[in-house]
Amino acid sequence: MGLVQPPGRIEGGRVVFKGRELRELPEREMQKIRGAEIALIFQEPMTALNPVFTIGSQIEETLLVHGRATRRTARQKAIDLLDAVSVPEPHQRVRDYPHQLSGGLRQRALIAMSLACDPSLVIADEPTTALDVTIQAEILDLLRSLQKKMGLALLLITHDLGVVAEMADRVAVMYAGRIVEEAPVMEIFSAPAHPYTQGLLASIPGGAPGTKLQAIQGTVPPLGELPPGCSFTPRCPRRFEPCPKAHPGTTLIGTPIPDPGPQIPDPGRVHSVKCYLYSDAVEPDIREARTS
Amino acid sequence: MPLLEVTSLVKHFSRKRGLLAPPSVVRAVDDVSFTVDEGEMFGLVGESGSGKTTTGRCILRLIEPTSGQIRFKGEDVLSFSRSRLRLARRDMQIVFQDPFSSLNPRMRVGSIVEEPLIIHRIGSTAERKARVAELFELVGLDPTQLKRYPHQFSGGQRQRIGLARALALNPSFIVADEPVSALDVSVQAQVINLMMDLQARLRLTYLFIAHDLRLVRHICRRVAVMYLGKIVEMGETEAIFAAPAHPYTRALLSAIPVPDPTASKQRVVLDPSSFQRDAPLRQIGTGHVAAV
Repeated sequence: MGLVQPPGRIEGGRVVFKGRELRELPEREMQKIRGAEIALIFQEPMTALNPVFTIGSQIEETLLVHGRATRRTARQKAIDLLDAVSVPEPHQRVRDYPHQLSGGLRQRALIAMSLACDPSLVIADEPTTALDVTIQAEILDLLRSLQKKMGLALLLITHDLGVVAEMADRVAVMYAGRIVEEAPVMEIFSAPAHPYTQGLLASIPGGAPGTKLQAIQGTVPPLGELPPGCSFTPRCPRRFEPCPKAHPGTTLIGTPIPDPGPQIPDPGRVHSVKCYLYSDAVEPDIREARTS
Repeated sequence: MPLLEVTSLVKHFSRKRGLLAPPSVVRAVDDVSFTVDEGEMFGLVGESGSGKTTTGRCILRLIEPTSGQIRFKGEDVLSFSRSRLRLARRDMQIVFQDPFSSLNPRMRVGSIVEEPLIIHRIGSTAERKARVAELFELVGLDPTQLKRYPHQFSGGQRQRIGLARALALNPSFIVADEPVSALDVSVQAQVINLMMDLQARLRLTYLFIAHDLRLVRHICRRVAVMYLGKIVEMGETEAIFAAPAHPYTRALLSAIPVPDPTASKQRVVLDPSSFQRDAPLRQIGTGHVAAV
């Protein structure tokens, strides 16, 4: 979204959206994409909404800024949007201020706002973390149905593996600023490769009641004090010689994709991991001794 | 005889609505009764606004209940004088939800843990120092870090500090109010393991307040489900999970995201007209009651 606050800055890499490199776009162009083509749903609907304006006027503002409605049509469009995200009595609610709504309704209003300009990509940053579990279920159902109905691409940021299992097609697992594993959702849960992913899944309460939970030892290091090499090394139960020396590269694992020809492999089937247990940089017999 | 006996506990908050309008009454806790046996981890489950936190605080008289009876080790807690209550607090302590706001940022963590000993005038300076070091070891912290400030610790470590403070006076009963809901999944497991370990070593009794049913199922033998100030279902955790009787419990259980992408989802939506708010608890099975 190009919303990194100074002193943070993007040092490198590419962000390509619909074939365009977003980092090269001037701010004016970026503003047309932000909110219109790519929309963002925040974690805390109370802080993401402006408390001194009605939710109706905030949705209308989005519509007007991006030229998706005129002053005359904006109110009706706002009501339609609230209706689309299943806000009951949208005619009345459109005149409410954020504090008059419950947490679930606020999040629905925020989703309505994000959908105002028919985006093709919605980034939802922990959209249900601040909500109760029954409300969370409603919001997830809503997001899933909107995604299907509008053909949205949804980038769902979450720490809840239950939410991942219910919602995602593909999963990328991040640790200390890096994607350490990426796979289709079924494979992440059935055959996790990275020791961090394995630890996360093992620490979910389950098993026999009263038994010890399987915790990952230690804590996430502060980003300013990352250990050398693979950042997970100090907490990793399967670390060995190469781990603290340098970052492991990406290894493709799982079913090899049959000759992709000139095209790139179908990203929906790629299972990749950054870990020396799978890396070609390590002699196969050493790896085998470690993985068994 | 149970360690803690709560009978018909009521807490009303009145809310002023204006100069002439009669105040509206919020029935935060509305006729709640349950018992906790010695050495038990009893789960109190509900969503925000269900009254579970208020119940926990009323038991310690951090909030004065409107009416009802609380018996701790056979004694009537609500009749205690100020000085008797202070003595009783040695035996009943609380661990708060948010490890960031519950520790004074301007005090060294050693002083935070020592403070209850000072307030209750226990031991000489040297004895207190020794006790603090012992408590640090007990909760798995490094006693050489006593001079640090709370911000130098991670969330999980801070919750350990909160536990050390609660344990300083050797209590037999601890109200744990969502002690891990602010922590990462991998760290949650560490703190839960520690709590179970301490329970066995020190013969502690916990009232474990939570919204995470998966976790409660794992660690609590018995559980009470609260909805809008009332207990709607209570009993052996396994019995309730196997056959939830109250519509709210069913909705709550079905709303938990299952960390298994192959699981079939059958969402039960709560229909408020499907039950009576004032229905009394009645026996469903052995040690299993519900308000249906």
